[in-house]
Amino acid sequence: MIRTIFTVFSKEVLDNFRDRRTLASALLMGPLFGPLLFAFVINLSIERSLSDVEKTLELPVLGVEYAPTLIDYLKSRNLKIIEAPEDREAAVASVKSGLHDVVIIIPGGYGEQMANGIPAKVELVSDRANTAADRDARRVRNVLYAYNQELAAIRLSARGVSPLVLRPLNIDDIDVSTASGRSGILLGMMSYFFIFAMLMGGMYLAIDTTAGERERGSLEPLLALPVTRDRLILGKIIATCLFMALSLMLSLISFFFALKFIPLQELGMTPNFGPKVVVAAFFLLAPFILLGASVMTLVASFTKSYKEAQTWLSVVLLAPTLPILIVSLLTLRPRLEFMFVPSLSQHLLLINMVKNEPVNVLHVVISVTSTLLLGGLLTWLCARLYRREGLLG
Amino acid sequence: MIRVDGIHKSFGSVRAVRGISFEAPDGRVTGLLGPNGAGKSTTLRILYTVMKPDAGSASIDGHDVVKSSLDARRCTGTLPHGAGLYPHLTARENIAYFASLCGIERGNIEERVENIVDLLEIKDFADRRTKGFSQGQRTKVALARALVHDPQNVILDEPSNGLDVMATRSLRELILKLKDAGRCVLFSSHVMQEVAALCDDIVIIADGRVAIDDTAEGIREQTGCDDLEDAFVAAIHRVSPE
Repeated sequence: MIRTIFTVFSKEVLDNFRDRRTLASALLMGPLFGPLLFAFVINLSIERSLSDVEKTLELPVLGVEYAPTLIDYLKSRNLKIIEAPEDREAAVASVKSGLHDVVIIIPGGYGEQMANGIPAKVELVSDRANTAADRDARRVRNVLYAYNQELAAIRLSARGVSPLVLRPLNIDDIDVSTASGRSGILLGMMSYFFIFAMLMGGMYLAIDTTAGERERGSLEPLLALPVTRDRLILGKIIATCLFMALSLMLSLISFFFALKFIPLQELGMTPNFGPKVVVAAFFLLAPFILLGASVMTLVASFTKSYKEAQTWLSVVLLAPTLPILIVSLLTLRPRLEFMFVPSLSQHLLLINMVKNEPVNVLHVVISVTSTLLLGGLLTWLCARLYRREGLLG
Repeated sequence: MIRVDGIHKSFGSVRAVRGISFEAPDGRVTGLLGPNGAGKSTTLRILYTVMKPDAGSASIDGHDVVKSSLDARRCTGTLPHGAGLYPHLTARENIAYFASLCGIERGNIEERVENIVDLLEIKDFADRRTKGFSQGQRTKVALARALVHDPQNVILDEPSNGLDVMATRSLRELILKLKDAGRCVLFSSHVMQEVAALCDDIVIIADGRVAIDDTAEGIREQTGCDDLEDAFVAAIHRVSPE
C-alpha cells in the first residue's frame, strides 16, 4: 500500500520537476508575483502619503487682489497660487468637472469686512465625494483655519487679552494603535498572496491527475494496472501537496526578504514578520494545502480537457478571497465562528501574528482541525469519484 | 485464457454491446474484428476492468473482471487504444514506473526493464525522454510497459493504428513470439488483412453482437466466400442487414 503510493508520488515529483511550466508556476510565479506586487503597491502608497505634505500644491484663487496678506500666508505654507477661472460660476464648474481639486474664492468685500472686524467671507470650493481631491481640499482648509487662529490671536493680543482665552480645551490625541497594528491593514492582503501562491504551485499537478492523464492517453493504461485507484489518487494528491508546500515556503521566504526592502517604517508600520513568524505562518497555512489540493483535483476531475480544467481552476484561485474580502470590507474582528471557515481563519490568525497581538490558542486549534477535516473529506470524495467510469471521458 | 459470457453495456440510449460471448484460449492469437463503433473497444475495456458490464460476466484465468478485478489485472498486460506515455520521463523510466506499480520487487525492476527493452528492440531510444517520439516508438514503449510484468494474457486495442510497414512487421513478430510462449493474445482491429495474417481465431463483431466466431478457414466455409474481405462483409450483414 505505502509502496504503491510512494511509487506514484515519486514519479509525479520527478515528472513535474522536469516540466518547465509546472516549475515556473510553482517556484517562480507564486513566490515572486506576490511580493513584487505587494512591494509595488506599498511603495506607491508611501510615495503618495509622503508627497502630500512636501509637494507644492497648486491652488487657483479667484480675487487675489482683495487679500494680499492672506495670499502671502498661503504662499508661505507651500501653496502655489495659480490663475483661477474668470468668475465664481466658472470656478464651481471647474471643480465639478474635476479640472481643479479645490478653488478659493475671495469676494470683493473681503478687505472692507476685515478692516471693520466683521468675519470676512472666504469660499472654498471642493468635491467631498472625490476622496483623492478631498485630501488636497483638507490641506487648504487646515491652512485657512490656521490663518484664522493666527489672526484671532493677534487681535486679542492687540486688545490686551491672552490668546489662551481661545483655547478652553487642550485636546491631546492619543493613538493606541501600535506601529505593528497599523501594518495589519495593509498586510492583510498578504495572506491572500500566500494562499494564491500555494494554489498556483499545485494547479498543474491537480489537473494532470485526471484531465491531463486522460488527454495524454496515459489514464487507461494506468487504470488497467493491478493497483487500486485509491492509491493512485492518494499518491498524486500527496505530490500535489508537496509542490504546494514548496511554493508556500518559497513565498513566505521571499516575503520575509521583500519586507526588508520596503520602507514600511515611513508609513508608521513595523510588521512583526521575523523568522519565527515565518515558520509559524507556514504551519498555520499548511492545513490549507490538503484542502486546496483536493478541491483543485476534484474540480479538474469534472472537466473534459486540460484547457477547460485551467479555466475552472482559475475560478478556484479566486474563491479563497471571497470570505477574506467580505470580512475586510465589514472590518470584523476575529470571532470563534470565523475559525471554521478555511482561508478566512488563516487570514485572521496571520493578521493577528503580523500585528503582534496575542494569538488565541483555541482559534488556532479550530482553524487547523476544521481545515484539515474538510481537506480529508474532499480527498475521500476525490478517491470516490476516481472510481467512476465517466472518468475515462 | 479469457472468457466472455453474454456481456451487455449501454451508454445512455446507445447499446454498445448486446450479448457478446467468446473465448480466447492460451497459446493462440484471437482477433476481434469489426467496423468502427461495433463495440470492440467497449468489450476490451470491460476485460481490462476500467468498465463494468451491465449484464453478463467475463473472466481472465478464472478471475472475474468485476468481483476480483485486481487479480484479473495482475495476469493481464494491456495496450489501450491510443495509449500515451509520460513525455518528461525516458522510455526506460516509463517502463520502470509501470513495473513498480505492478508490484515487481525493487531489486528486480532494472533487470526486467532491461529484458523487455531487448525483447522489443528499443535500446536505441530507451534513455531518451519520450516527448517527440514517433508513433512507432511510442507504441513499442507502451507495449513494453504493458508486458513488463510478464503477463499470461495480453490485450491489445488496435495496436497497429498509425504504424508504418516496418513497425507493423515487428509488432506482428512480437505477437507470434508471445503466442509461441503459450500466452493468450487478444487484439482488436478493423483491418481484415492484418487479422487474417495473424489470428488463429477470429471473432467478427458488428452492432454490439458476435456475427461469427471461427478460424479463418471456418469463416470462409460458413459464409461461402473465398475472399476473407467478402466473408467479413457477408458476416456483418447477417447481424445488421441494412
